[in-house]
Amino acid sequence: MTAQADDELWSAISDPSRRRVLDLVVTNGEVSASWLAGRVPFTRQAVAKHLVVLEEAGLVSRRKLGREVLYQVQADRLDQASRAMAQLAAQWERRLAAIKRLAEAAHAENKEGHRHDR
Amino acid sequence: MPGLVIERDVLIEAPAEVVWRTITEPDQMAQWFADRVELVVKPGAHGYMQFGDQGGPVVVEVVDPPTRFSFRWNYPPGEEPVTGNSMLVEFTLTPEGDERTRLRVVECGHELRDWPDAEKQRYADEHRGGWGEYLDRLAGVLAER
Repeated sequence: MTAQADDELWSAISDPSRRRVLDLVVTNGEVSASWLAGRVPFTRQAVAKHLVVLEEAGLVSRRKLGREVLYQVQADRLDQASRAMAQLAAQWERRLAAIKRLAEAAHAENKEGHRHDR
Repeated sequence: MPGLVIERDVLIEAPAEVVWRTITEPDQMAQWFADRVELVVKPGAHGYMQFGDQGGPVVVEVVDPPTRFSFRWNYPPGEEPVTGNSMLVEFTLTPEGDERTRLRVVECGHELRDWPDAEKQRYADEHRGGWGEYLDRLAGVLAER
């Protein structure tokens, strides 16, 4: 994933209302904007805007079926995002584990030093 | 990466002062973070971190020993880091007894500092566990569908 694509992705899911829309798409398969609008406490216009952002981030795609436009989740993208996130989190886990090791070793050394001073 | 939030913490068997030195002294940072760290731990100080053959600038934000340390990184070279073009890394140290410290790190693209406390709390509650849990849950729903 490029940095630009990352930006769009994290921005897309940073909004609680948008996550609610994405939740509904994920849970229900192919759905229309008006179906979604009937299940959230905000306007149909707001739903349409959220869908545009989610589509730009690659998280949902749409197709026309007769007069309706149906949205569905892009599983690959979601999976990719989930893995990128796990990687970043794992990096911090490793760093914190290293800090813990270093600080505890330094603390043990300090205590040892004090004992010899006495 | 605006919108990205990572939050992790660890319990360390050492006083906050010792943990503070580990996270702020450049030669210590080089052991858990970057390969090479050039940094003066002073608010507003510009530094540099080298990772293998790549590297980037870093700017120190908050220095409040031994409880808070934060810096910005991941911003375009030549630009000043602000909200939206950089990531803020914030360490918080909380003593738990005499010789134990809870170290918490939050990395995010949002400006939380200037928000009212109630807003901050709401945001933190909402993002507990970070995006990892949210995405994992969605992936789980998708797998079962």
